[in-house]
Amino acid sequence: MNKQTPIEIDRAERTEKLQGMGCKRKRVEDIRFTQGKGNYVDDLKLPGMVFGDFVRSPHAHARIISIDTTRAKALPGVIAVLTAADLKPLGLHYMPTLAGDVQAVLAEEKVLFQNQEVAFVIAKDRYIASDATELVDVVYEALPCIVDPFKSMLPDAPILREDIKDKMVGAHGPRKHANHIFEWQIGDKAATDAIFDSAEVTIKEMLVDHRTHPSPLETCQSVASFDKIKGELTLWGTFQAPHVIRTVVSLISGLPEHKIHVIAPDIGGGFGNKVGAYAGYVCSVVGSIVLGVPVKWVEDRMENLSTTSFARDYHMTTELAATKEGKILAMRVHVLADHGAFDACADPSKWPAGFMNICTGSYDIPTAHLAVDGVYTNKASGGVAYRCSFRVTEAVFAIERAVEVLAHKLGMDAAELRIKNFIKAEQFPYHSALGWEYDSGDYHTAMKKAMDTIGYAELRKEQAEKRAAFLRGETRDIMGVGISFFTEIVGAGPSKNCDILGIAMFDSAEIRIHPTGSIIARMGTKSQGQGHETTYAQIIATELGIPADDIMIEEGNTDTAPYGLGTYGSRSTPVAGAATAVAARKIKAKAQMIAAHMLEVHEGDLEWDVDRFRVKGLPEKFKTMKEIAWSAYNSPPPNMEPGLEAVNYYEPPNMTYPFGAYFCVMDIDVDTGVAKTRRFYALDDCGTRINPMIIEGQVHGGLTEAFACAMGQEIRYDETGNVMGASFMDFFLPTAVETPHWETDFTVTPSPHHPIGAKGVGESPHVGGVPCFSNAVNDAYAFLNAGHIQMPHDAWRLWKVGERLGLHN
Amino acid sequence: MAKSHITLTINGNEVEALVEPRTLLIHFLREQQNLTGAHIGCDTGHCGACTVEIDGMSVKSCMTFAIQAQGAHITTIEGVANADGTLSALQEGFRIMHGLQCGYCTPGMILRAHRLLQENPNPTEEEIRFGIAGNLCRCTGYVNIVKAIQYAAAKINGNPFLEAAQ
Repeated sequence: MNKQTPIEIDRAERTEKLQGMGCKRKRVEDIRFTQGKGNYVDDLKLPGMVFGDFVRSPHAHARIISIDTTRAKALPGVIAVLTAADLKPLGLHYMPTLAGDVQAVLAEEKVLFQNQEVAFVIAKDRYIASDATELVDVVYEALPCIVDPFKSMLPDAPILREDIKDKMVGAHGPRKHANHIFEWQIGDKAATDAIFDSAEVTIKEMLVDHRTHPSPLETCQSVASFDKIKGELTLWGTFQAPHVIRTVVSLISGLPEHKIHVIAPDIGGGFGNKVGAYAGYVCSVVGSIVLGVPVKWVEDRMENLSTTSFARDYHMTTELAATKEGKILAMRVHVLADHGAFDACADPSKWPAGFMNICTGSYDIPTAHLAVDGVYTNKASGGVAYRCSFRVTEAVFAIERAVEVLAHKLGMDAAELRIKNFIKAEQFPYHSALGWEYDSGDYHTAMKKAMDTIGYAELRKEQAEKRAAFLRGETRDIMGVGISFFTEIVGAGPSKNCDILGIAMFDSAEIRIHPTGSIIARMGTKSQGQGHETTYAQIIATELGIPADDIMIEEGNTDTAPYGLGTYGSRSTPVAGAATAVAARKIKAKAQMIAAHMLEVHEGDLEWDVDRFRVKGLPEKFKTMKEIAWSAYNSPPPNMEPGLEAVNYYEPPNMTYPFGAYFCVMDIDVDTGVAKTRRFYALDDCGTRINPMIIEGQVHGGLTEAFACAMGQEIRYDETGNVMGASFMDFFLPTAVETPHWETDFTVTPSPHHPIGAKGVGESPHVGGVPCFSNAVNDAYAFLNAGHIQMPHDAWRLWKVGERLGLHN
Repeated sequence: MAKSHITLTINGNEVEALVEPRTLLIHFLREQQNLTGAHIGCDTGHCGACTVEIDGMSVKSCMTFAIQAQGAHITTIEGVANADGTLSALQEGFRIMHGLQCGYCTPGMILRAHRLLQENPNPTEEEIRFGIAGNLCRCTGYVNIVKAIQYAAAKINGNPFLEAAQ
């Protein structure tokens, strides 16, 4: 062992004291959360506060004949009942969606999905409000409804959106049918078709990424407080993007934006559910403006699951063309996207199908074409990115299932087929057939590490033996090995192609060093459990040499934080993390000038050393950042303005492209359909790692949500549009008992364009996990020629597969 | 609605209050007692975010009326820290082992783990997983919650705990 010099020991000690990037810093947030001192929206209690609750439609599609609020208003404790008739004069009965559509706040002439908001009752407490919702008399005339998106564009389909039935050009171009929202195409159709016409091998599969819901443990909620004297509105809410909410509220209410104070306090999980604007937020605002008292709205779980923002519901006809040796030549995908009753997808405005065009995945597929048709149905609106960047889970599911289907057809090993088609390390930056520029990757190294660790060859050998034993009738268990090698696209995004309602998707950091050398930094993002207060401080600690414990991170208050687009699509680290580094470097540049002045040398004679600038060649001559901070306020160089702070609005030059290799080993009892995950190994490459402990936690959580989605979680409707099982009784959230053990691993391929090389990780495990589980199930049944088995893979459905295959006789 | 008078002990403090018969214990604790640590996550008794301890049992306080707590001794997350204000072994375990993320399930999870360790001071991983199956977490995937509880068990029992958060 090499003995460290005293200088090295000193530097190591100073580095450790910083608790900067790369260390497993314990979370700052946990001090309050473990003591029940978090501050969530429903914890807020304001003088005179009243409560709102919704009257909701029992029908999926019906005309509203009349709404009579007389009985409700007569109930003692009821203060007001709002209906569309009250909102219409204010122009608030509809609100704009992020996708360029409008969405009813309170239904006017028709209801378009079950549990749609019809009236908003405001009462002095939540019990009375709830009572009064049952006293609002609404007469409906039921209409035929559309649940199956494949029936939306039939010639005789009932027209759902009468409000826009004559508007045959939507936000994303011409509409083909009154129930059509958009068609979006990318890639070279003619070239793709030509390759398919002459290819040696093709596969075509309908892959359904079924409707589900992000379902954070805290539902959506808000408290609006309007000060009539000042004309100012304060709105607390479960907002992943508080600044955007402020702009939206200003645009729809007409209140000037500087008189709106939006505050997102602690958020109990988001996972995409809390990006959009919901009727409840609007009604709490209107209620407070009308009544002049604070109005609280808190969703219950059934409302959450059945109304605010589902995810997925993508029906993807996926095709690959290849040589018989397994070289993939082309990909062709058509998606039928069920958007529900309103197009309220939370995508960057120019991307009606999100980043679905990442669907060529980790493979060098030279030619591709993707077309997406969005349609209306009588279901809740949404289409949010559930723990993923926009439609990236869908895209990765399509390609990762498709390569397995192709491998099966070719009789090739699924890992071998992947490796054969990987984009090679020397091809980066890689330009994909569907328009993206992948920043960096080393797929072969990651795959080899994963296969070696999991013992891939032995697993296949064991599987072959188990299959033979099954066919001999010696066991009723079948074994599946699931693989997923995913590439994500996160960190939206460059202004040339990413905006929300016209606002470029930058993000921001404002860092201020106080005279005594402690720091407050304010961010445009908003943590919902990701640990931002801990990790942003680590970036600053490393950049500026101030201990992370002396740095406070503040988010969610739109009055104090610089404008940012918020936290979703794994954009906090790629965008706001970059802003943090850039702002810190601005400060550092000024600090260097101050240090030079203090040390009476030229700034070029100084070098950075952990927490100080020192004179090159004279390490004993230095000034620490703390000393520099004091000087910045006490005796800055002549002609330099005092203070030590900087702000950066970071415009990312590109997205980041995290990737990973996941393996799942599963055993399924064909008689019961019960699937047991024996092993799950996740290798992630998210570039530079800021806090390995938090990364591992993010991976565990994302894998658990992937497990839920693939293995049972679903928002299902019956043929009359009744939402089936919108409670935790039926909606599958895994407990500690069902949840598998997770093994994590990593490689590090930094992003070349990001200031610290970080790519983001929070959503990778979900994106990569869903196809890995589904591939494990499909692989288990593959030797029985089961064909593609659709998700979710709960025991009942897998038992039915056994029935179909005649395994139970 | 007519109110009923109840007396009970919450975190060692005697409390007298008037409650409507239909007031849920969770609303009573959060809104009348300002103890907002316990949370509401599901309304149907599945998620356990509202878990508190009543007379030596883990109880989902959204499934209980306040009036049923007449005479009861209740412990909430606000009453879990050590007497000197430092974090209890469980609270510390959750932090050290990264057993929480958004923090919403954490108070219920810690209260449940507290009771589990009272009844089984040295649980196996399987016993812990079964023991917390009434409490849902959307963020952590449970691995680190299990470790947090193992950490606390070791600390309470005076045993070394060698497993470090990865």
